[in-house]
Amino acid sequence: MGLIERFFKEPRWGVHPDDHKRPAADAPLRMLPPPARLYMPLHQHVGGAARPIVLVGQKVLKGELLADAQGNISAPIHAPVSGTISAIGEVTAPHPSGLGFAAITIDNDFAGRWIETDPVSDPFALAPEEIARRTGKAGVVGLGGATFPAAIKFALGKRLQVGTLIVNGGECEPYLSSDDRIMRDHADQVIDGARIVMHAIGAREALVGIEDNKPEAIAAMRIAAAPFPEVKIRPVPARYPMGSDKQLIQTLTGKEVPADARAAEVGVLVHNVSTCAAVHKAIRLGQPLVERIVTLNGGAVKTPGNLFVPLGTLVDELLDFVGRVATPARLILGGPMMGTPLLHGRIPLVKGASGILAFDAQEALIPAAGPCIRCGSCTRACPMGLLPIEMAAHIRAGDLDGAVGFHLSDCISCGCCAYVCPSHIPLVQYFSHAKGELMTKERAKLRSEATRRLAEARVERVERETREKAAAAARRKAERDAAKAKTAAAALATTPVTQVEGEIA
Amino acid sequence: MLIAVGSLAVMGLALGGVLGVAARYLAVEENPIEAELQAMLPGSQCGQCGFVGCAQAAVALAKHEAPVTLCPPGGKALAVALAAKLGIKADLSGVADTGPQLATVAEEICTGCCRCLKVCPTDAIIGAAKQIHNVIREACTGCGACVERCPTEAMTMVPVPITLQHWVWPKPVVAVA
Ligand code: SF4
Ligand code: SF4
Ligand code: SF4
Ligand code: SF4
Repeated sequence: MGLIERFFKEPRWGVHPDDHKRPAADAPLRMLPPPARLYMPLHQHVGGAARPIVLVGQKVLKGELLADAQGNISAPIHAPVSGTISAIGEVTAPHPSGLGFAAITIDNDFAGRWIETDPVSDPFALAPEEIARRTGKAGVVGLGGATFPAAIKFALGKRLQVGTLIVNGGECEPYLSSDDRIMRDHADQVIDGARIVMHAIGAREALVGIEDNKPEAIAAMRIAAAPFPEVKIRPVPARYPMGSDKQLIQTLTGKEVPADARAAEVGVLVHNVSTCAAVHKAIRLGQPLVERIVTLNGGAVKTPGNLFVPLGTLVDELLDFVGRVATPARLILGGPMMGTPLLHGRIPLVKGASGILAFDAQEALIPAAGPCIRCGSCTRACPMGLLPIEMAAHIRAGDLDGAVGFHLSDCISCGCCAYVCPSHIPLVQYFSHAKGELMTKERAKLRSEATRRLAEARVERVERETREKAAAAARRKAERDAAKAKTAAAALATTPVTQVEGEIA
Repeated sequence: MLIAVGSLAVMGLALGGVLGVAARYLAVEENPIEAELQAMLPGSQCGQCGFVGCAQAAVALAKHEAPVTLCPPGGKALAVALAAKLGIKADLSGVADTGPQLATVAEEICTGCCRCLKVCPTDAIIGAAKQIHNVIREACTGCGACVERCPTEAMTMVPVPITLQHWVWPKPVVAVA
């Protein structure tokens, strides 16, 4: 690529943080020996939590269904090892609040016995709906971190007749390399999965966007995709947040996804490379999603690299395996820009966990926030073209509606603004706080509407009951009156007879 | 004939114009704030404010005849919101804010007397005579009317637990002014 071309291709949005991806990305993939006890959370995806169908004490095989999908948007959960269900209860969720959520505990029997799988040798002979059904049953969700159930996205793509599948190999977050690793080591799985997804949604082509800081992955993917001209490998400039759907779509197709619209509405659908590999396993091997590749990285990790890990493994056990240089000063699930801070390591690994970062004291240092100097850096960095400084000022003043006026709802919480801010203002936290508050308000509004409806329904019910009671009373009275009248009439009718009789007598 | 039609038309136009102007300048102030206030109140018509229902409470609020702290189920949050809407400063010292609450039945105490069921403004309680009653959480507004009616103290109010779905990032603490 020529220098001038490159200059023009370089996007104007975003930031270019130190990527810290190597040496972790170059370390060969390791397998984590399955731990003795695993905790499978029921809610590892967008949508409704799964509903447990196993009992404590029950023996399960690896890949056996533990909890079934519930509601329109949901995903089932499967056993990551064979063993015995020892508890169903609360564990700490990978969430900044440190609150708990429900999980199924399995004691590993170390036999590693799989359930009987139902592999498909020729997925392209299956109906697209059947691919979606099998993917849904295998519990495959977006593994890039969004964790949206994949099968539902297939159905959406099919309905909106999406022509282009975009395979997201951007992985723009610093420190993370799990997608990089899966492309280097299992490029054939990714390409095959992408072709199956194309079949499922009826797409004509697949564009695989890979940031140009991963030359090994690009090379491996080019070789794997060579026999399939419909799958095109497209290197994209390494720039954060290239892995965000809207940015990748724009870079690859030039199409801009309008605010409050879905990607499918502009004729594209995005799936992450790891999700494609999971689809390959779900269809070709009939294996549900019970394992994933996780990056272990950060200054506190002794041997950084990527691990192949059963879901439900505790973060502490992963850290024990890779070793600690020092006590981690901060634990993050996901990347440093958008990841979730973890309060401790006794938290199970979930489907959307692409990495665990253990930062040493120096990396974890958050400088104290200063006052805004109105430098405008945040505005230049924002990939969504927003005014972070204005939004934050309104939120600070408690004026959430003002922030909404500056398109708070378009903010993707990418963290570019906070990253560049010379005053270290926690801009994203302002936005997260405001989004949460607005959601609470919205819920309160829905609730009070529902309350009003219920109260009206009750008033109506009470009135109806009174009316019905009155009507019933009136009817009974009428019946009584009628009966009285009848007896009176009968009496009247009999009297003359007696009279007559009397006369006769 | 023409003169009659013309003069009538002119008169009609002139009077119409006067009426239009009058309607604009002398409009009866239809109080939109009442509707807004009513929309803010919980709407369960529980009557704990001393008014017949939320609509009457809204009217009184709009006329500044009732304090913004009148609604116990609304708590502090509602009092603050009402004060902001009315542009007044609220005296919150008297509000014992326990946060959002829900009614729950202690199943081992409930005798199934059906008294709570009869007073719930949103029909949030299910049960039948001599059966354990229960509260449908989604429908309970936390008005507390049932607690007062329960003869056995089986009905109590508990705080709504914070869940992952409801948790909100705290606002950053500003160290510098
Ligand atoms: S305002 Fe939102 S979208 Fe823009 S840079 Fe900040 S976090 Fe990213
Ligand atoms: S980058 Fe920080 S200091 Fe500069 S304008 Fe934005 S908020 Fe203010
Ligand atoms: S259940 Fe009790 S507290 Fe809840 S709305 Fe009904 S009467 Fe009020
Ligand atoms: S009033 Fe109390 S004892 Fe009676 S049904 Fe309700 S909860 Fe049970």
